Amino acid sequence: MAAASAAAESGCSVALLDDNATSGGQIWRAADSASASHAVTYSELSRRLMHSGVEVHSRSCVVAQPAPGTLRVESDRRCFDIEYKRLILATGARERFLPFPGWTLPGVMGAGGLQAMVKSGLAIAGKRVVISGTGPLLLAVASVLVKRGARIEGIFEQAPMSRAIRFAFALCSRPGKLFEGLNYRAATIGVPYQFSSWVTQTHGDDHLHAVTVASGRTKREIPCDYLGCGYHLVPNLEIPQLLGCRIERGHVSVDVTQSTSVENVYCIGELAGIGGLEKALIEGQIAGLAAAGKPAVHLYARRDRAVRFARRLDAFCALRSEFRDLADGQTFICRCEDVPRSALAGMDSWREAKLHTRCGMGPCQGRICGAAAEVLFGWENDSVRPPITPARVGTLAVSTTETGAP
Amino acid sequence: MRACPNQPTIELSINGRCVVVPACVTVAVALLMSGDACRVSVSGEKRGPLCGMGICMECCATVNGTHHVRTCQLEARAGMEIVIE
Repeated sequence: MAAASAAAESGCSVALLDDNATSGGQIWRAADSASASHAVTYSELSRRLMHSGVEVHSRSCVVAQPAPGTLRVESDRRCFDIEYKRLILATGARERFLPFPGWTLPGVMGAGGLQAMVKSGLAIAGKRVVISGTGPLLLAVASVLVKRGARIEGIFEQAPMSRAIRFAFALCSRPGKLFEGLNYRAATIGVPYQFSSWVTQTHGDDHLHAVTVASGRTKREIPCDYLGCGYHLVPNLEIPQLLGCRIERGHVSVDVTQSTSVENVYCIGELAGIGGLEKALIEGQIAGLAAAGKPAVHLYARRDRAVRFARRLDAFCALRSEFRDLADGQTFICRCEDVPRSALAGMDSWREAKLHTRCGMGPCQGRICGAAAEVLFGWENDSVRPPITPARVGTLAVSTTETGAP
Repeated sequence: MRACPNQPTIELSINGRCVVVPACVTVAVALLMSGDACRVSVSGEKRGPLCGMGICMECCATVNGTHHVRTCQLEARAGMEIVIE
């Protein structure tokens, strides 16, 4: 939203493709129920977007790149090709899921996933919830759920307390972030919060009814209705990979103007490093202005501070070695094709696993199991082929001259 | 929760069964709240939504005859016919 507005305000003709029905990504899903400060930022940005003359296409997914400088887009009822001189990618991030026994049971969701479902209307008042995984997202999700009446039985963070203290000290130079974190903890003050803890398995037949949590040497069973479990975020790299952008250390390499290794393609927000809302907004502004030929040097220092925060966040969320052994032989690694860990024994690479077991070849195309396989086996998932999202045959069959104008 | 001034509940059908759900929920939420799974996996396991944001494909169901609809991204409407595949 920031990038589109900045470019349009500088005189460019701008189209915004959003795969959701309303703009704002995950952080502003159900923006009418967002926190007060978020709601103000969102409504200001929405107004800016509306007045800047950006052409917004909702529920529109990029499927392929049929020609240089052209994207094939599919929306609910039609498909079209759109040509660009400059492209800014802000495809956000998804949660990293690590397989463990029983993780496929209904009622087990990501931490952000559970929050998304609650914001989509899931009744949570009075329900027993366990939150586990890593990162400040756990606290943020817990605070939203508590406000809606959920009974949170515990928040289990895999990082050791010593790491959390180091992270908190590092935040002293970012009082706004520290304040935000303290607010989340204040909202969840009655909820037990444990470090060096994680869920090792779930229990239930057709739906979750309990989890086992390991904490040091002890394990205990906690009855619950929902588990929100997520291990930090990984960027949605499919479009940058499709276009050939250089990826390093798990995110897109960008220069000071947010330009990638591909000419006229910029990447912002989580694509360039997981760093949350503030980083996304400032990088969006920088890229929008750069794409309009107006380098925003005055914003670089603020962006660089946001990037430093992102690196500290990554350090806090680094995974313990125990997670490589959480999944046993029968645990499905690939949920789309039901491929158990035992089937992947002896495979040397992501490609070999795909060819021999279909791991990563189902509908999600490795978006879930790929991140897990990287943690479990060290396999890099660096190839992507069109269509990068499920698409209708009709969308793929047309030639570039046949698609209707948007 | 989204504000739904017009009506508090809507009726839709899940595998031929008539179900009443709050208005303005997504289809995935409607399925969860009705005690239904969203899909059955290749080895027969019942599955529900995982990521809640259109990535994991666990919430895919047939809606009004269209297959593979990501129900976590679709608002439920009165009269929808949902089939769990």
